Amino acid sequence: MVKVTFVQADGSRADITADEGGTVMHAAIDNDVEGIIGECGGSMMCATCHCYVDEEWADKTGARNDGEEDMLECAADDVKPTSRLSCQIELTSSLDGLVIHLPSAQV
Amino acid sequence: MEKIVIIGAGQGGFQAAASLRQEGFEGQITLIGAEMGLPYQRPPLSKAFLKTGNADALNLRPQSYYDKNEITLLHAYVDRIDRGAKQVFAGDRSIPYDHLILAMGTRNLRPPIPGLERALDLRTLEDAQKLRDTLDRPMRCAVIGGGFIGLEFAAVARGLGHEVAVAEAAPRLMSRVISPEMSEQFRKLHEGLSTQLLLGNPVAQVTDDGITLANDSKIAADLVLLAAGVVPNTEVAEKAGLTVSNGIVVDRQLLTEDPSISSLGDCCAFPDPVSHKHIRLESVQAATDHARLIAKRLVQGSDAAYSAVPWFWSDQADKKLQIAGLAAPDDASVMRDDGAVFRFRGDFLCAVETVNDAKTHMKARRQLADGSVTRQDILSFHAGN
Repeated sequence: MVKVTFVQADGSRADITADEGGTVMHAAIDNDVEGIIGECGGSMMCATCHCYVDEEWADKTGARNDGEEDMLECAADDVKPTSRLSCQIELTSSLDGLVIHLPSAQV
Repeated sequence: MEKIVIIGAGQGGFQAAASLRQEGFEGQITLIGAEMGLPYQRPPLSKAFLKTGNADALNLRPQSYYDKNEITLLHAYVDRIDRGAKQVFAGDRSIPYDHLILAMGTRNLRPPIPGLERALDLRTLEDAQKLRDTLDRPMRCAVIGGGFIGLEFAAVARGLGHEVAVAEAAPRLMSRVISPEMSEQFRKLHEGLSTQLLLGNPVAQVTDDGITLANDSKIAADLVLLAAGVVPNTEVAEKAGLTVSNGIVVDRQLLTEDPSISSLGDCCAFPDPVSHKHIRLESVQAATDHARLIAKRLVQGSDAAYSAVPWFWSDQADKKLQIAGLAAPDDASVMRDDGAVFRFRGDFLCAVETVNDAKTHMKARRQLADGSVTRQDILSFHAGN
């Protein structure tokens, strides 16, 4: 299991645990974390699972995948250097303790 | 408004409930679904789910979401709507509403083919689970229908090592939704996967040994999958006296002729913002965008007309087909050197089909949202891509 902390735009935090091998998007949905919609189910057809990786973790989550940058164009909130589609971040043991910041809007 | 009832707990019905709460609706929400279990996503059923069998990953939200947001999930089959009394009847239960949202979706089209009862479906989670259980040893599969679902299944089944034949009545693949040029790219893909394609040759019979085509040729198969399209679930609306014409007819605000009844998603026929003709779309995008517009109207009083650009996708082997916009089968097409296809109605861009090219897809969504993009604009704009 991997621990992930989601920080809402208003600063409130939710600590959850999720299985390795799943994605940050699924971890948020399964644990009923608000602020991640995931409308296309992780098919990279929308940007409703947009998140900001905490700067201390940005190296570990790695670079954006092919096509991810293009889909981020339809994100509802500002796209920053730490912006990712959370469906494209796979949880591994090296991400135990990951901190994810959520945007103020997804649509 | 105190009570909103939603018939249909698919992605559109779920989104309507979620958006109503998000917009601040504080009354009762009842979400009625015919299937057991929590509302789930259908697109992965013909893709990831067939490989992994992980049903939990399909749930749109966990049970705690419905509890927390006070959304009542009801497993029932609605038989009747009494518009005068504003009540929905499901078996011996009656549920009153102030506003009713019809989100019943579709069911598989069953063409009058002798022996079709032998074929499996791929529409619900239950269907997909049954199909997956059946594929537990090497099989010869025959698929009736060369559309999205049939081809997605074919690609997964080939990947799992099964033999696959796809029979399509039309002379090309996915002919209802994509250009001849894109059909050709996918014909090559599936032939490259050693899938047998039988085009322009309708299935005449399903037997214990496989399928028989109109020209009398026989394809041996252990498993036959029906994937010949869907029909909208409109019977309850029709019985209630609402207008139905290839879907429950709604206006630009997605309201039926009854001001207390809206409809959304795959089961509704709504005015296309471009052509102004009534169309019916089968997509996650339309279902969820419809749901959000209805929620804004009911809660905020917004009178905005529906105007979202349609988009679709299909994952087949390592190819992601993305479509922005909407083209009719006879709309013109221009293929770029890299395979992207631009569709035009008269002089105006109406759709763009791409494969593994999110950049062009997103560019197309923006252009179609801006509207009135001409053939000349496209040829110069995309040339520098």
